[in-house]
Amino acid sequence: MKKTITYALLTLCAVIMIYPMLWLVGASFKSNDEIFSTIWFLPESFDFSIYKRAWETVTDYSMGHYFVNTFAVIIPKTLFAVTSSVLTAYGFARFDFPLKKLFYALFMGTMFMPAIVTIMPMYLMWSRLGVLDTYIPLTIPALFAAEGSFVFMLIQFFRGVPREFDEAARIDGCNSMQILVHILVPCIHPVIVSICVFTFLWTMNDFLTPLIMISSVEKYPLSLILRLSADSTGNGYEQCKILAMSVIGLIPSIAVFGLAQKKFLSGITAGGLSG
Amino acid sequence: MKKKYRNPIGVKKYTGLLLIMPFLAGFLLFTVYPFVSSFILGMTDYNGIGNPRITGADNYIYMLTDSGFLKAAGVTLKYTAVLVPLKLIFSLMTALVLNMQIRGMGVYRTIFFIPSILGSNLAVVIMWQFLFTSDGLANQLLEAIGLSPVSWYGDTAAAMGIIILLRLWEFGSTMIIFLNALRDIPKEYYEAAKVDGCGQIMGFFSITLPLLKNVIFLNLVLQVIAAMQEFSAPYMVTGGGPLKSTYTLGMLIYDEMFSYHNMGYANALSWVMFVLIALVVGVMMKLTGRWREDV
Repeated sequence: MKKTITYALLTLCAVIMIYPMLWLVGASFKSNDEIFSTIWFLPESFDFSIYKRAWETVTDYSMGHYFVNTFAVIIPKTLFAVTSSVLTAYGFARFDFPLKKLFYALFMGTMFMPAIVTIMPMYLMWSRLGVLDTYIPLTIPALFAAEGSFVFMLIQFFRGVPREFDEAARIDGCNSMQILVHILVPCIHPVIVSICVFTFLWTMNDFLTPLIMISSVEKYPLSLILRLSADSTGNGYEQCKILAMSVIGLIPSIAVFGLAQKKFLSGITAGGLSG
Repeated sequence: MKKKYRNPIGVKKYTGLLLIMPFLAGFLLFTVYPFVSSFILGMTDYNGIGNPRITGADNYIYMLTDSGFLKAAGVTLKYTAVLVPLKLIFSLMTALVLNMQIRGMGVYRTIFFIPSILGSNLAVVIMWQFLFTSDGLANQLLEAIGLSPVSWYGDTAAAMGIIILLRLWEFGSTMIIFLNALRDIPKEYYEAAKVDGCGQIMGFFSITLPLLKNVIFLNLVLQVIAAMQEFSAPYMVTGGGPLKSTYTLGMLIYDEMFSYHNMGYANALSWVMFVLIALVVGVMMKLTGRWREDV
């Protein structure tokens, strides 16, 4: 009996949590009148032509173009983030060196650094270097282990691998780099998957950085084209078109989360990451 | 005396230093440099064109009389003070329920986690804006249960409510951190307490809460920092209105920088924001006892 109540309550909460997303998908098929007249998420009819129109966006470029833009940021950023975070975490987790305590404290400090404080001077710096409106400001910071929580998560996992593994490999003639690549990385690959997934999702979600750094519509990532469309569609316009664009924009995130979900929910155990 | 470094034989003492070079270089480029340059620019009247003129503390003195800044600071603090405790309590309660060992729990965990993953995606923020229009889903629901509809964008408290609800809905990441900490608490503790005649509620207060102290603090700090920087939700959903009731410091800094080109003032504001966040976190540290992580 108690179990039934628990399940009923949990299901009710889960429905409330997920309903806005269902509503979003349903509403993308609805006319303006229908959107604002019924609570039920399922539309009266499915007309997929709206998705064809949404795909064309409000600019000269199609959604496909903006997907390509977004991936042109995500792919290098992910590679950079993984490489730089793994190296830094390896250094902190396995080696002793001068000023280690100080550097670790600084590192922990940067994890709590509010991004909005540094973004203005960064904008001016990129502007002076003449690289605004390119993807450099969006990708290059990842080369410098900019995401502290990734390093933190990796350090936790490196510590979980027994040092005897390293010692055995060292006796067999591996140097420090070979130990990392052949012994440690295979041991911690679930965390690396988590880092890739997080980089993907956070880059998809990031709005402020591209808003500031990218100015030409041609180079917009998905988040900016959604904003542009939302701003340029006034009253009386087909609301479902911007909703359909939103659905399209969410598909990559949902797909990646769905694929990685199992690994991901366990991989975040140690890092204490927030979304 | 020479310090001994505990490294495997054959490893030089600079190997580790070499490995953390990405972090060190990034620290100089993306933390120290912006910090120093923002401090210097904050003492000028730089407007993006021409040479900046040093004006000393003028920006900071002006700030004290700038009603726009004072209002935005008030809004930001109020928003943080309401959102963060609600989110933590809600996350902890849900984590306690989801920590029960029953079948199918994984599905619920995933569902509760999804909004925190997708929630800050602009697509979801746009959707949220739709939900609260005058005849949107929120008002339809209110009418369905016999309440009168709310003018969400016209009322100052309601507009703040929209933003808080959006961020509250994304409680999943905070919840997951609690959930993982709860799993680490040995069941024997509760069994021993039960033998001593300790009920569930007392068990929560005398076992669970004290053991979660560090995690609660971690979540508190992360959420305060995120809330004080809030930008995209008010920017997209309410536009800061009505009557600037959802106009946060983040929006103010953005506008001063990119709409009015008062770059000197914007940088001074950034600095004040940093000091404000550091103060809030510092006070919390003082109140809860130090939180630290050993190497």
